[in-house]
Amino acid sequence: MQLTSFSFKSNVRRKLIDPLLQRNMKRFGGRFVEARAAVMTEVDNLETIRVAAAAIRDRSLANLDSYLLAFEEQALARGSRVHWAETAQDVNRILIEIAQSNGVKKIVKSKSMVSEESGLNDAVEAAGIQAIETDLGEYILQLAHEPPSHIIAPAIHKSLEEVAALFSENHHTPRQTDIPALCREAREQLRPHFLSAEMGISGGNFLIAETGSVVIVTNEGNGRMVTTLPRIHVTITGIEKVLPTLNDFSVIVRLLTRSATGQSITNYVSMLTGPRQEGDLDGPEQSHIILVDSGRSRLLGTEMQKALRCIRCGACMNHCPVYQNIGGHAYGWVYPGPIGAILTPSYVGLKNALDLPQASTLCGACQVVCPVKIPLPELMRVLREKSFEQGLRPWHERLSIRLWRGVANRPHLYALMTQMGVRVLSLLGGKKKLLHHLPGLDGWTDGRDMPAPQGKTFRELYRKRRS
Amino acid sequence: MSARDNILARVRRGLGLPGDIAGLERPAVQEYIRQNPRGPRPTYHWSDPVVRFQERSEKLGTSVDRVASLSEVPEAVVRYLNEKALPQRGVVWQGLPALEWERAGLMLEARGAHADDLVGVTGAFCAIAETGTLMLLSGADSPAAVSLLPETHIAILDVQRIVSGMEEALALMKSERGTLPRAVNFVSGPSRTADIEQTIVIGAHGPYRVHVVLYGSVHVQ
Repeated sequence: MQLTSFSFKSNVRRKLIDPLLQRNMKRFGGRFVEARAAVMTEVDNLETIRVAAAAIRDRSLANLDSYLLAFEEQALARGSRVHWAETAQDVNRILIEIAQSNGVKKIVKSKSMVSEESGLNDAVEAAGIQAIETDLGEYILQLAHEPPSHIIAPAIHKSLEEVAALFSENHHTPRQTDIPALCREAREQLRPHFLSAEMGISGGNFLIAETGSVVIVTNEGNGRMVTTLPRIHVTITGIEKVLPTLNDFSVIVRLLTRSATGQSITNYVSMLTGPRQEGDLDGPEQSHIILVDSGRSRLLGTEMQKALRCIRCGACMNHCPVYQNIGGHAYGWVYPGPIGAILTPSYVGLKNALDLPQASTLCGACQVVCPVKIPLPELMRVLREKSFEQGLRPWHERLSIRLWRGVANRPHLYALMTQMGVRVLSLLGGKKKLLHHLPGLDGWTDGRDMPAPQGKTFRELYRKRRS
Repeated sequence: MSARDNILARVRRGLGLPGDIAGLERPAVQEYIRQNPRGPRPTYHWSDPVVRFQERSEKLGTSVDRVASLSEVPEAVVRYLNEKALPQRGVVWQGLPALEWERAGLMLEARGAHADDLVGVTGAFCAIAETGTLMLLSGADSPAAVSLLPETHIAILDVQRIVSGMEEALALMKSERGTLPRAVNFVSGPSRTADIEQTIVIGAHGPYRVHVVLYGSVHVQ
């Protein structure tokens, strides 16, 4: 996917004045939040399960090489072929090799965020192979030539009218605005492709070391189609997705689906182990699994390792006041929201996504809902620290912090300057005690007024009370 | 060095694990997998798995019928198809016990699913009470697409094979089958999507309707 995270600030400015996006994001509002809250009442020991889920993920990561080898051994024993991709480009190369050596002309895809990292669809098309997205949201976006803006609801930023127009224009059918009718239209358009494609590509929510299985957690049924009907199935997923056992999966899936869509369980949970067996009437003849590093191993052993616990539920973005206002595209890469603010700088380089960890008030909502207890605000703070240490922040910001440090290290000077400061600000605040404009800090006051200080510092008040 | 070696070496370096032999800790990892501990799960505030299964199924949009014995199943299926004004023909798992479908007026062919099949009749390995979920195992006489391609999926299930949670279902599979089939499909209601304006629509790429016929009775042991 084309990276635009380096221009996050101008992305945001554009998104905030885009009336259509703003209307669509308002509608998005709190629906996921409410659905999650409602279904979590079924879990009376949520915290116990979260702790266990985080421990399961940590266990997998702490011996990732051993778990990957255990997985590989089982997968090979069941007839899957395991490929290892160091970079995003390698993913595309390996996939195209598999396709070309099998004479594949058409690929049907179910949702895979990892394939967005490498811009797989464009690479495949350039090799003369047709790739069709079959998740309804992804299909809509493929028609619109847009990237996803949410990891589980990719077309969340699109309105019904936009979908109606896209379908009518691309399918050459009369425009209809009934949502069930549009869903049926997509079903009828895509069904022939499922039946004629030689290859199906899916992501993998989890890899099970115990059995060599790929697990996909889905609702629409397209995931089952692409892994059942074409003669070749390729799974593309990150190396961090491995879980030790099926019992571990049972613990995690209860939190995944509830955190994601507010469902106790999704319509389909499919555990896929190898190609079709002797006598099977359906299922792929070949099963390939591409294990992708592409920056993940760099996070191991650092503070960022905890981010690799992520099970891609999307709860952090659903609950993020920043995401709710700017949508997913502004983040400029595959993963938006709080988890994106950690993963994007980690995968594509901090200097290419400098402002993402800054795009948060550190309110902590994301951490509270994260099913695997990733300390997202803490990780954003670490990235902020790094960007300062590496001299990546703009000169005026670094200068201001240096000035502040100079003053803060001299208690008397600090007391004097804060006393002067609050009095000046208090005067400027006028009768309403509100500041409409702060020189040099327009970013804070452009959208709202700052309440003016009341005229005394904390230390002054404290001294007065003590005396 | 292959890509595989490079990735595994980077992983070990990152984790600060000693030496450069990937998988040095495999014995400990295998021991954990062998022990296969069960994790915590929500308290089950229900006692009758059949009642719970039925309640949760209906919440998901799966309809449930119950008959006394296996021989009554074909008539129950006909009754459902008539109610919904659906065709009385379709595809059926070969692996189902022999039933007198034809005598009930049903034209069911035991084979893999075709794209134009409108009704698919399957069994189920077992079902999960906690979530109202059917567990289907693929195999030579239980092709996966029969529960996927047709607009209507009808599953026949022995009422004794409703277990409480996913852990019990997986354990039952291991004890009866030993290994996993190519595909284990947990099915919880008809396919759905909410990708247009977060409006839930039943019937995406998979079935529009899922109907379960429970047969038999629960023996007290």
